[in-house]
Amino acid sequence: MTGRLWAIAYNTYREAVRDRVLYNLILFALLIVGASVLFGQISLDINRIVLINLGLTAISLFGIIIAIFIGIGLVSKEIEKRTLYTVLAARPVRRWEFIAGKFLGLVMTLTVNALLMSAGFFAAVLYVSHHLGRGDLQLVTAIYFILLEFVLITALALLFSTFSTPIFSSIFAFSIFAVGTFAEDLRGFAGMAHGVTRGVLTGAAYLVPNFAALNVISQVAHDVKVEPKLIMLNTLYVLVYTASVLTASVWIFERRNLK
Amino acid sequence: MTRELRIQTCYALLIGALLTASALLVRQVDRVRSDEPLQEVLYIPSPKVVKRLSLGYSGLLADIYWTRVVQYFGTKHQAKAKQYLILEPLLEMTTTLDPKLLPAYSFGSVFLAQKPPEGAGNPLAAARLVEKGIQENPDAWRLYYDLGYLYWLELKDSAKASEAFERGSKVSGAHPWMKVMAAALAAHAGETETATYMWTNILNSTEDPDLKVNALKRLLCLRVDREVKILQDRVDAFTKYNGRLPSGWEDLTSAGLLRRVPLDPKNHSYDLVGGHVQVEQPDLFPFITRGLPPGRELGDMPGEPGYKAVKKP
Repeated sequence: MTGRLWAIAYNTYREAVRDRVLYNLILFALLIVGASVLFGQISLDINRIVLINLGLTAISLFGIIIAIFIGIGLVSKEIEKRTLYTVLAARPVRRWEFIAGKFLGLVMTLTVNALLMSAGFFAAVLYVSHHLGRGDLQLVTAIYFILLEFVLITALALLFSTFSTPIFSSIFAFSIFAVGTFAEDLRGFAGMAHGVTRGVLTGAAYLVPNFAALNVISQVAHDVKVEPKLIMLNTLYVLVYTASVLTASVWIFERRNLK
Repeated sequence: MTRELRIQTCYALLIGALLTASALLVRQVDRVRSDEPLQEVLYIPSPKVVKRLSLGYSGLLADIYWTRVVQYFGTKHQAKAKQYLILEPLLEMTTTLDPKLLPAYSFGSVFLAQKPPEGAGNPLAAARLVEKGIQENPDAWRLYYDLGYLYWLELKDSAKASEAFERGSKVSGAHPWMKVMAAALAAHAGETETATYMWTNILNSTEDPDLKVNALKRLLCLRVDREVKILQDRVDAFTKYNGRLPSGWEDLTSAGLLRRVPLDPKNHSYDLVGGHVQVEQPDLFPFITRGLPPGRELGDMPGEPGYKAVKKP
């Protein structure tokens, strides 16, 4: 089982890194990180803050774009090219293994991308600050949270890919990402409602992926410490939420007639 | 139950359980994040920079900032905070992003003006905010109304309050009450001539019978105010010249300072008690600011300390 899972994951990773669009996006993200050094120099006294804000935002946004654009095609492309039938019929691969393998493959790709972009980012921080200290560990926490974002959005893109066309999947994924960034405000609004509306809104607000808590970019830019408990809870949350989304993906995929 | 149905139920239950667990975790995350000290810092302090960074979506960003203002104020208010350090800059940010966002000026000025812990206790900043709102929205009469109340109740400056109401009353569609407030506050500020002019204007321009009656009453009271002032000046002159207080109006007529015993507009004689000119029946002149007997306070404006004393002696 592990061997089959790993094989699918590795193949997904190999296929993704062959994509030229991926390199263009990474290059563009690195250019923005580099440009943030210049932006910083023209912004009086906040060059490091600008670098961190812009650099980490570029890593996050470009990672999200990559996750969505690759994630939405993971299943639908295989169906379109009819390669899925070969995989599922000719080899003893279960459908859940296929979904889990695809997910892991894309997460691997995104992790490598994030590491590349982070290397560029830290080089820029080193250039601006002339040294890296213990305080810069907060930046690692922010990048870890960005990776958690990638995990969540990959799972969601994969879910949409199991039942929808790539175009609609990308629209759904971007929309849910946008809504998720306002998750805290949504819960605030739900709290202001009354009666049944309040119950329905609160339920909906908790169903939305909580991207808001994963964004600590502004916080670390101002050297505000991220609580270790938050790191633990966010990790647990992403694991549990991703598990629920992947379960739903497997459920839908199991029910699809691929003949 | 068939095998297929059992599998479907298992999937549904598993997803339900995982989503419930994730919702519980979100609650924990919220708790940790709300336990963090509220950051009294604006990550980008310049409203102009934020506006440029908004890439044209400044309206949406203003709405988000306004939500932040409300949340910030609510959190601090609940904690009975003594200081609201970033309230003013947050409002500045909101109103720069969307200068037409009228609630931000109206509610924001209330948040800023009220004394802690009810608000930031900064009525001057509140007045600045509303003035900015007026500059951006000169046709919004409601903002002049807010400004007038700010000057009157929070800054205790009746003259400026009157001026704000007067400016607002000239805006098309403004409530007729704006003129009334302007005139009443001008009288309050001791600007009897201005108030008389404004009330005469209201009397001549309004078609509302109640407002006409009110304007007439106000003009009578202003006449009393003027007369009391003149009489008091004469009494003071007599006292200074003779080295003693006059025992009655006859002393002043004998001295040639008055031609006859002075009567108020309702034909009652003014009283002279201990060198002070007083109105004989103050209840007939509910809006006077001079000539009130001891123990009676100014009471012509709702909300003023003396208001109840006059209305319910």
